[in-house]
Amino acid sequence: MTRTPRDLAGARPGPAFTVRVDGREVDALPGQTLAAVLWADGTTAWRTTRVGGRPRGAFCGIGSCFDCLITVNGVRDLRACLVRPEPGDVVSTRDDD
Amino acid sequence: MTTTDAYDLLVIGAGPAGFAAATTAADAGLTVALIDAGHSAGGQFYRQPAPALNASRPKALHHGWRTYEGWMRRLAAHVASGSVRHLTNHQVWAVERVPDAEPGGSDGGFAASGDRATLFVAHALVGVEAARSVAVRGRALLLATGAYERQLPFPGWTLPGVVTAGGAQAQLKDSLVVPGQRVVVAGTGPLLLSVAASLVQAGAAVPAVVEAADPLRYARHLPALLRNPGKLVEGAGYAGTLLRYGVPVRTRHVVVAALGTRRVEAVTVAKVDRSGRVVGPERTVACDTLAVGYGLDAQLDLALELGCPAGREPDGGWALEVDDGQWTGVEGVWAAGETTGVGGAQLALAEGELAAWSVVARLRPGLPRNVPARPVRQRARLRAFASALQGVHQVPRFAEQLRDDTDVCRCEEVPYAGIRDAVTDLGATDPRSVKLLTRAGMGWCQGRMCGTAVQCIVSELTAGRAKAVPPSRPLACPVPLGVLAEQAGDPPG
Ligand SMILES: Cc1cc2nc3c(=O)[nH]c(=O)nc-3n(C[C@H](O)[C@H](O)[C@H](O)COP(=O)(O)OP(=O)(O)OC[C@H]3O[C@@H](n4cnc5c(N)ncnc54)[C@H](O)[C@@H]3O)c2cc1C
Ligand code: FES
Repeated sequence: MTRTPRDLAGARPGPAFTVRVDGREVDALPGQTLAAVLWADGTTAWRTTRVGGRPRGAFCGIGSCFDCLITVNGVRDLRACLVRPEPGDVVSTRDDD
Repeated sequence: MTTTDAYDLLVIGAGPAGFAAATTAADAGLTVALIDAGHSAGGQFYRQPAPALNASRPKALHHGWRTYEGWMRRLAAHVASGSVRHLTNHQVWAVERVPDAEPGGSDGGFAASGDRATLFVAHALVGVEAARSVAVRGRALLLATGAYERQLPFPGWTLPGVVTAGGAQAQLKDSLVVPGQRVVVAGTGPLLLSVAASLVQAGAAVPAVVEAADPLRYARHLPALLRNPGKLVEGAGYAGTLLRYGVPVRTRHVVVAALGTRRVEAVTVAKVDRSGRVVGPERTVACDTLAVGYGLDAQLDLALELGCPAGREPDGGWALEVDDGQWTGVEGVWAAGETTGVGGAQLALAEGELAAWSVVARLRPGLPRNVPARPVRQRARLRAFASALQGVHQVPRFAEQLRDDTDVCRCEEVPYAGIRDAVTDLGATDPRSVKLLTRAGMGWCQGRMCGTAVQCIVSELTAGRAKAVPPSRPLACPVPLGVLAEQAGDPPG
């Protein structure tokens, strides 16, 4: 039997939707943070560091570290661990977009 | 603006300390604004699934749910009656003191500067976009801003897939996801067991819990532990879950490195002595995620800017010094919860209640004083427990494991060699000069992730001569330039 966090909490979220991440459709549930959506998709990195060009994603998970910065609908530098995407949102992981 | 817009009490932070204080103060007849960055009251401990996820059994992820529900019913009644205004998704970036519009402070504001009473103005960014700031005024201020997790650098800690233990727990409770399928949980402190237990219950495999502390040290603190059977049962509950799922707990072990190229693929684990020095051979544990944390650091930015005095805790962290009524010593400012010493949700609840009673006594001197005895007893007992735990779970030695190119500051990508050279070659003797020379701690997180590490490294390299100061930050979070410009052009008051 596979357990999931949703079973554990008895969650009955509204219908799943997709967000476009760098042109790819990724499944999301209403209410989830973008970091959670990306984690559930198996994505752990969505930013490249300025100096070393190294991959980064969410680290602190509570909005303190700013490692998870991402662009949503053209708004830059949002914290993926706090933002909650909505249907049709366009997410970009490249800093220069 | 007139003082009629001011609340009796501004509470910043709606964790256990903040919601208990807001509710208790409203019970006694005060008007309260409860301001929090999150979507629901609860803070880190009682963190709620996002409402849209429609969780019918949120309590499966929590301990002490009944207590929480009781508080929430009372709080909801005050919100409905208008005595508490709960501002969710509001992040306070600064609190200032302004003179009351009416001289003499006849309305109960504090006469801190001459005979003109002062009010507190909390400036808060609205929503995650944070493009707009609002000002909320109050006569008294309670800081219940909680804590963030303390981190230590090690080779590979910047790899994707390395997350904080509390952050893994927070995203699980909030968004019902696990960070990976095979999660090693490591660091030190009671949070690790609770995080590992949640992860296995939610379906992740936990190949090991790696705890730096020596459990035998608990023997030194038996009286404080035995006074708190409830806390022991809570801990035993997590340990029982781990046993049931066959999760090994390796005490006196640390993760010395995370391995992988694009993301973490394994960690190396080694045995350490009492001080945290590696003494045993290294073993590799395969995993796709590492959830790590070395205790909690109180969030003191707003308090330190207002001049509240802070002192050192048994585990090396900083906490505000308060009196029996949780008063900080700064006129009009109280503090409760992790800001006055890391000690968990139950302690935060008791402190929040006591702070509220002290505020009521100050703002309504005419009312009979009826501080209940229960939270006073609870606070004494739980503080003893907290300092015992902190004594056991101290920050281990870690600098020997760092390589020259291991980033200590994640934001500005400052490697260990940079910090070391600033001390040994450039003569820096304190974290502040290291920061100016290397930019460590100057990035987005303002040193929240590297502050403890830089402090420890400098202290070690200078043989303890470096003066320890609590980490202060003029702004509690980054503020968009547009918002700052607007503030400059339109002073509140
Ligand atoms: C990431 C994390 C996860 C944790 N998980 C657990 C756990 O699973 N089990 C456990 O026993 N303990 C956990 N803890 C410990 C937890 O801190 C305490 O148990 C308890 O929640 C402390 O209560 P508090 O009211 O002092 O602070 P918190 O519960 O931390 O509440 C503080 C509140 O203040 C708000 N806040 C802070 N600064 C601002 C600001 N500038 N503007 C607006 N709002 C602000 C925060 O959003 C938060 O809601 C965790 C701690 C952290 C940091
Ligand atoms: S993960 Fe730290 S701010 Fe988002």
